[in-house]
Amino acid sequence: MKLKIPEEEIMGHGNLACQGCGATLAMRLALKALGSNTVIVLPACCWSVIDGPFPHSVVNVPLFHTAFAAGPSTASGVKAALEIQGKDTNVVAWAGDGGTYDIGLGTLSGAAERNDDMIYVCYDNEAYMNTGIQRSSSTPLKAWTTTTPVENPKESHKKDIISIMAAHRIPYLATASVAYPEDMIEKFKKAKDIRGMRFILVFSPCPTGWKYAPQLTVKLARLAVQSRVFPLIEIENGIKWKLNKEITHPSPVSEYLKPQGRFKHLSDEDIAEVEQSVEADWNRLLEKTKK
Amino acid sequence: MAKKSDKKIIFNKEKKMPPFAISFYSMEYNKTGGWRNFRPVIDYDKCSCCLICWKSCPEAAIKLKKTKVKGKEKFKPVIDYEYCKGCGICWEECPTEAIDIEEEAE
Ligand SMILES: Cc1ncc(C[n+]2csc(CCOP(=O)(O)OP(=O)(O)O)c2C)c(N)n1
Ligand code: SF4
Ligand code: SF4
Ligand SMILES: [Mg+2]
Repeated sequence: MKLKIPEEEIMGHGNLACQGCGATLAMRLALKALGSNTVIVLPACCWSVIDGPFPHSVVNVPLFHTAFAAGPSTASGVKAALEIQGKDTNVVAWAGDGGTYDIGLGTLSGAAERNDDMIYVCYDNEAYMNTGIQRSSSTPLKAWTTTTPVENPKESHKKDIISIMAAHRIPYLATASVAYPEDMIEKFKKAKDIRGMRFILVFSPCPTGWKYAPQLTVKLARLAVQSRVFPLIEIENGIKWKLNKEITHPSPVSEYLKPQGRFKHLSDEDIAEVEQSVEADWNRLLEKTKK
Repeated sequence: MAKKSDKKIIFNKEKKMPPFAISFYSMEYNKTGGWRNFRPVIDYDKCSCCLICWKSCPEAAIKLKKTKVKGKEKFKPVIDYEYCKGCGICWEECPTEAIDIEEEAE
C-alpha cells in the first residue's frame, strides 16, 4: 500500500500550541512535503511560541527567529549565505497573517520584486492571535476580535493579499487548506522545484481566536472552501490563474459562520451582507481564471 | 545540520560571527498527553484504515502500523497518548465513526 502523503514526520512531538491548532497542522503537513533539507525563518507569531523555549525546538530543521517585520528580508539573507556556501537548501519564511498582510508587507514586496529564492508561507488565522486576538487586515468583514468588539465589529473587507502578490508577477502563488492535505502537499512539492519567490497562503483555523470547539478545525477549513469563502487556486507568473477546486454546489456561507463565536453577533442582514461579499469575490476570481 | 542531540550551544567566536544560540534539544520532554480532557479511542472493528485521522492530527500523535487485513497490507492508525492533546479532530473527521471520545478520568 502506498501513501499519498509522506509518512516521515519532520515536526516532532511536544509542541506548545493550543488543542486543535490549524497552524500546527499546517506546519506538520508543509514539512512532510518540504523534507529535511529546509531552513525556516520565523518572524514573531504564534509559531514563535509553538516551537518551544530555547534551547528546545519542535521542528527537526534549523529555525531562525527574527523580528516581526523582517521575515522576508531575513530569508533573503539566509538564502544568500547558503548559496555562498554552495548549499541548495529550501529557505522557507513562515509567518502569520499579521506578519504578512500588515507589518511584513513592505519587506515581502521587496523580496518579491527582487524575485528572491524562497518559499514564503503565510498561515492565515485572520488575526494577531499570539498577542490576544487583535484584528489584522486579514480579519474578515464583521468578525469579532478584541479590538473589533461586537458593538463595533470589523467594518472593512479582508485584504486581497493574493492579488497584491500576483501583481508582483512572482513565478508561483497558491492557496492551500489544512482540510485538503493532498492538494496542500502537492503545492508545496511543486513550489520546492521552482526557483524565485513562491508564495503560499494556508488557511489555518484557530479555535482560541475564532471561538469554536477544537475538534472543528478541519471541518471549518473544509467549509471555507466549500462555501467559496476560501478558494483553492494557483497563479503562475502573476498572470495564469487556475481554480483547483470548482465549487458547483456551494454550501451556505452561514454554515461556515455559525459554529464560530467570532460571528455569533451577526444578524440575518449581516449574514446576507457577508454572503454577498463572498459571491462578489468569487465572481471576480472566475473572471481571472477564465482568461 | 547539527543534530539536536549534540549538547553544545555554539557561540561562534572563531569565525567572528555574532553570538548565535542554537536549540539542539527536542520538545519530546513536553508530554502534551497530560493536557487532555477527552480521550479518543479507535474501534478497530469499524476502522477502514482510510487514515483521515492520521492526516488531520495537528500533534502527529497518530502513528501508522503495518498490518494485514484480509490478506491485504494496510496501515492501521494507532494513537500515541503520550502526546495526544485530545482536541477531537480525529473523532470529528472519522468517516466511519470508528473513533469514540471519552472523558479522561481525573
Ligand atoms: C515590532 C513588533 N511589534 C509587535 C510585536 C508583538 N507581536 C508578537 S507576535 C504578534 C502577533 C502576530 O500575529 P500574526 O502574524 O497574525 O501571527 P499569529 O500570532 O496570529 O499566529 C505581535 C503583535 C512584536 N513582536 N514586534
Ligand atoms: S492561538 Fe490559535 S494559532 Fe495560536 S497556537 Fe492557539 S490555536 Fe494555534
Ligand atoms: S484527539 Fe487530536 S491530538 Fe489526539 S489523536 Fe485525535 S487529532 Fe490527534
Ligand atoms: Mg494571525
